[in-house]
Amino acid sequence: MRALYWKEVNAFFSNVSGYLILGVFLVSLGLIVWVFPDTAVLEYGFADLEPLFVYTPFVFTFLIPAITMKMIAEEKKTGTWELLMTSPLGIQKIILAKYFASVTLIFVALIPTLVYYYSVVQLGDPVGNIDHASFFGSWIGLLFIGAVFASIGIFSSALTSHQIVAFIWGIFISFLLYFGLTALVQLQVMSPFALFLEEMSLSYHYQSLSRGVIEARNVAYFLTVIILMLGLTGVLIRRR
Amino acid sequence: MLFLAKPFLNLATQIPTFEMSLQINSLTKTYGQQKALDQVSFVAEKGEVLGFLGPNGAGKSTTMKVATGFILPDSGDVLVNGISVLENPKAVSKMIGYLPEHNPLYLDMYIREFLDFIGGLYGMKGNILKTRIEELISLCGLELEANKKIHQLSKGYRQRVGLAKALIHDPEVIILDEPTTGLDPNQLAEIRKLIKNISVNKTLILSTHIMQEVEAICDKVVIINRGKIVASDLLQNLKSDAGKNILLVETEESLDLEWFAHLGEVSFFQNKTNAISLTVVDAVSARKELLQIIQKRTLTLVSIQQQEKNLESIFHQITQN
Repeated sequence: MRALYWKEVNAFFSNVSGYLILGVFLVSLGLIVWVFPDTAVLEYGFADLEPLFVYTPFVFTFLIPAITMKMIAEEKKTGTWELLMTSPLGIQKIILAKYFASVTLIFVALIPTLVYYYSVVQLGDPVGNIDHASFFGSWIGLLFIGAVFASIGIFSSALTSHQIVAFIWGIFISFLLYFGLTALVQLQVMSPFALFLEEMSLSYHYQSLSRGVIEARNVAYFLTVIILMLGLTGVLIRRR
Repeated sequence: MLFLAKPFLNLATQIPTFEMSLQINSLTKTYGQQKALDQVSFVAEKGEVLGFLGPNGAGKSTTMKVATGFILPDSGDVLVNGISVLENPKAVSKMIGYLPEHNPLYLDMYIREFLDFIGGLYGMKGNILKTRIEELISLCGLELEANKKIHQLSKGYRQRVGLAKALIHDPEVIILDEPTTGLDPNQLAEIRKLIKNISVNKTLILSTHIMQEVEAICDKVVIINRGKIVASDLLQNLKSDAGKNILLVETEESLDLEWFAHLGEVSFFQNKTNAISLTVVDAVSARKELLQIIQKRTLTLVSIQQQEKNLESIFHQITQN
């Protein structure tokens, strides 16, 4: 399993497209947090990184399917899937190795945003005047969102042998789970299910984390979605 | 202790039944309406190179994919050293080295990197893996190209990398799916030589649609056509048929098989009563005697045709019905 994990991580960094994905991610976040007047922290005037946490899930819906789209689809297309499936690894370990590799890459992509935290801490007046708990709660929330999107991405990648199709499915399912459900709540027809839908949506649980309290039920929600998506991936693959 | 030892000894004497290392048991697989495999069974024993022959689309690859656990059969099973691929796919995959049909490789990897990765999948690591990789690089003749990325290699060298991949965990059973397609004549000869080298003390199954290949490498032949096994024999038995001649004789009048039985194997040709096919070793003398019989019985000869029987024609004959 370790071999496959490292193969995936190395494949990402030995390829131009990997750096491109990371670069686009960091540049867009940098622009949103520091440059665009509507969202920039400097214009806002408060020692607060809210724009980072509001807009990163948007960027994630595109970035993460781009990382995960080739995980299974490309292997199927080139036939190397047969190499993995006929190795003693087993389906579970193949999926987990690819999943953990994706999560690692997302973690690596997020690490540079800690510099933003340091900057805002330094820019605060007095220095260090920032809601630390809220920042780290949100940051961990972002990691969870990333982990959930990664499981969705792996699932989408197992749906097809075309990377682009996997990419689009990944965006669609992530979008639906994060924004779609909350948007549906606002429909009049949906009012009887409003509470249920709200609690099913990713953004709801993400927002509770960003208050700075890591609650077990939120974590349980994220883990459930992840296990469900990876489980479904296994089912998809077994139906060969 | 002696009492204990005895049953163990008995067990040990029974073990040779597992010597038959690959056993395919009545596999059936249907894709939609089409039966890709229909009760396919054969056995490959240790030290044997088995040629799995058939026209394109006959079910060769499907059989091999089932044997390696990549696809599941509708019914039937594959046993490797007595272990079922359906019940214990992991244990079986450790005993099988497999080169799939289109030789899928990670083109972005260096040869050593690729072999290192595959070794890792099979749970090998450290110095054991390193020495094994170097061993395979020299065994497969990859020394000159060893520092290249796989996408820089020619088809022949990629095939060598594929073979090295299949051999990395020193498997007892090696399954090669059309290992020589698309190679030029020199590469072909080299890869065949290589396959012959690696097959010592292993069970090797090799699929192909080229008869000469079977002649060059294999001990045993299994011929599959439209999902069914149509012939399964030692190569020498099939070959003993080769070199013989077939005389097709047609007359106006009905014939009796007994008149010709002393000349060789005889049967009615295409269910006609006035035409026979006669398989003989010496065509010249058989033709003389045949004409004498026809004269004696005052039959009217329509035609005599002579065909030589070689492995190629046997293959055609078996797979075109």
